[in-house]
Amino acid sequence: MAPIASKLYTDDVSLVVLLLDTNPYFWTSSSSSSLSFSHFISHVLSFVNSILLLNQLNQVVIIATGHNTCGYIYDSSLSSVSSSISANESSGDAKMPAFCSEVLKSLEDFVKNDESLSSVDAGNGVGSSLLSGSLSMALCYVQRVFRTGPLHPQPRILCLHGSPDGPEQYVAVMNSIFSAQRSMVPVDSCVIGAQHSAFLQQASYITGGVYLKPQYLDGLFQYLSTVFATDLHSRKFIQLPKPVGVDFRASCFCHKNTIDMGYICSVCLSIFCMPHKKCSTCGSEYGQAQSDASTLSGQKRKEPS
Amino acid sequence: MNSIEHRAVSNSRGRRLNRDEDEDDEDEDNDMSAWEKAYTDERSWESLQEDESGLLRPIDNTSIYHAQYRRRIRSISSTSTSARIQKGLIRYIYVVMDFSRAAAEMDFKPSRMAVVAKHVEAFVREFFDQNPLSQIGLVAIKDGVSHCLTDMGGSPESHIKALMKKLECSGDASLQNALELVHECLNQIPSYGHREVIILYSALSTCDPGDIMETIQKCKKSKIRCSILGLSAEMFICKHICQETGGSYAIALDEFHLKELLLEHAPPPPAIAEYAIANLIKMGFPQRAAEGVVSICVCHKEAKVGAGYTCPKCKARVCELPTECRICGLTLVSSPHLARSYHHLFPITPFDEVSFPNRKIAGQKSYETCFGCMHNLMDPGTGSGYCVTCPKCKKYFCLDCDIYIHESLHNCPGCESLRHSNSINAGG
Ligand SMILES: [Zn+2]
Ligand SMILES: [Zn+2]
Ligand SMILES: [Zn+2]
Ligand SMILES: [Zn+2]
Ligand SMILES: [Zn+2]
Repeated sequence: MAPIASKLYTDDVSLVVLLLDTNPYFWTSSSSSSLSFSHFISHVLSFVNSILLLNQLNQVVIIATGHNTCGYIYDSSLSSVSSSISANESSGDAKMPAFCSEVLKSLEDFVKNDESLSSVDAGNGVGSSLLSGSLSMALCYVQRVFRTGPLHPQPRILCLHGSPDGPEQYVAVMNSIFSAQRSMVPVDSCVIGAQHSAFLQQASYITGGVYLKPQYLDGLFQYLSTVFATDLHSRKFIQLPKPVGVDFRASCFCHKNTIDMGYICSVCLSIFCMPHKKCSTCGSEYGQAQSDASTLSGQKRKEPS
Repeated sequence: MNSIEHRAVSNSRGRRLNRDEDEDDEDEDNDMSAWEKAYTDERSWESLQEDESGLLRPIDNTSIYHAQYRRRIRSISSTSTSARIQKGLIRYIYVVMDFSRAAAEMDFKPSRMAVVAKHVEAFVREFFDQNPLSQIGLVAIKDGVSHCLTDMGGSPESHIKALMKKLECSGDASLQNALELVHECLNQIPSYGHREVIILYSALSTCDPGDIMETIQKCKKSKIRCSILGLSAEMFICKHICQETGGSYAIALDEFHLKELLLEHAPPPPAIAEYAIANLIKMGFPQRAAEGVVSICVCHKEAKVGAGYTCPKCKARVCELPTECRICGLTLVSSPHLARSYHHLFPITPFDEVSFPNRKIAGQKSYETCFGCMHNLMDPGTGSGYCVTCPKCKKYFCLDCDIYIHESLHNCPGCESLRHSNSINAGG
């Protein structure tokens, strides 16, 4: 370890925190039919391996986003076998790098654990996975890397996500996004599900990351290696996919529906999909009949622009 | 290097927060001259200690800092649990700058005017970061009259541009004229908005056309909170204005103090029912159009490529948010604008301190590492001898994560990675 630590970190050394969606409801649903979970994992393992081989100082951390829990799967800086990847390959006795078996084993433990927790409340089996949890963990990890001193790899977060957004996570996901923005950690997202994710669109847009929804999932590794393997410094020089638009709709606090028009409490800015007499968040009672924007318009129209 | 800098910043932050409590000590401090103050404030020698071999080392005060932080968190949470959090998040604020001849004084370098302009610029940016749906207007007092530099608006850049264009000072200052102008403008805003004025006053006199007491009563009646920041000496009339309207009055001792006093106005104030009437406002959340799409926007009436938002009601295209749709009049905001303030509404509970050695139950791995960052909690390097646990999810965290989670992230990673607790939160 000594020679590596004494080496200066250059601007192309990356820390990639990979968030893997392991939600069983998504992987068994029809929307994932073009890509099975095992194929997905083999794409991801090749991708992780290629990042680690791009620069010996590169670091990869994998966090699983489950349906009932989230957990760390792999950290290349802790792994005892990561340093022997190249040695292992050159000897030719193993078909895959040694770290893969480590990842697969902890992934299996995680999925089992996730499954055992789901039996507690089987009724709540709607498709979202706990993105807010794994994002929060990833950000804590990144902060720890920041604390190690001025020499550290450039961190970024990559979400490989397929499950639909869980509107109940709206506030937590937004909090994570703003915290990532403040510490200038880009959140990249690669959506492997059937529909776009409004959460991840906003996350990538606000933090300056890349949002991509690959068309052909058979070639997932191609997309990953061409778009998401590039370090932050080199991104300035390549043509990245342009965003297809960002869904800025919000979830209402009362029913957790996604809405494009709603009512805002003027005291606490809570969002409701229909008018109420009293704010359920801050307890304010609304004085007069709810004002439409018409009260504003008289004064605002005058503004030249 | 980095960690020392970080500590210095955090210490000064802690000091600023303490300042409100020790108002009495403040008077004693004022007796000292500026150079003495610099020494007593920084106390650079106290951050060093001698180790066994006699070398000077910076004190490891992470645990001290953590204790300070915990006191702060506890005081915040005790106030927020007793009453439901109501903050005035929609603010309409006029910043009045005195550009009379007193602003040419050079006791602030290079001049009062330049210093005021510089810090108002910083304030405008900070204000919009913390109050995304609020609006600011800029007013200048000059030659005995006051005029609007900018109308009420939500775009920081246009305010800063207008401010930097008009930097010259002359004539007398008139508080009454300034209040009259602001009163007239603020009277038109909707009743749910908080009306505020901050006056940065350099002059030691006011040259008024009529009775200023009447104007003060008018402002009081319209529920306009006036705060004044003086750059020279305390004046009775300023104090009177602030007392009558519920604002704050302070005199800046030096440039740094001025900056601090001004930035104290940036976070949203507690909502006071008598100042603004709670209301429901109808708003739209437009989607951002794909890059490279050409369409005609309603705000400039010209064809633009890329980057625009579509009104959900009438499908008109606008360039910037927040704004009001020119076609249907709907207030348009982006949901991230709103979400930025939600951590005020759903604060996470403070974590409990535990000493960890007795926590090694059944050798479970999760007890030894921080749930957030995987840092080994048994690591002797952390040195503090304890860690913290979330009372809801019972996960363990290191002290650094504790601070990060409460100060920046505003999510408990443990609670967020539990389906069960999540559904409880959603239900209740
Ligand atoms: Zn609703
Ligand atoms: Zn409310
Ligand atoms: Zn419209
Ligand atoms: Zn930690
Ligand atoms: Zn918790």
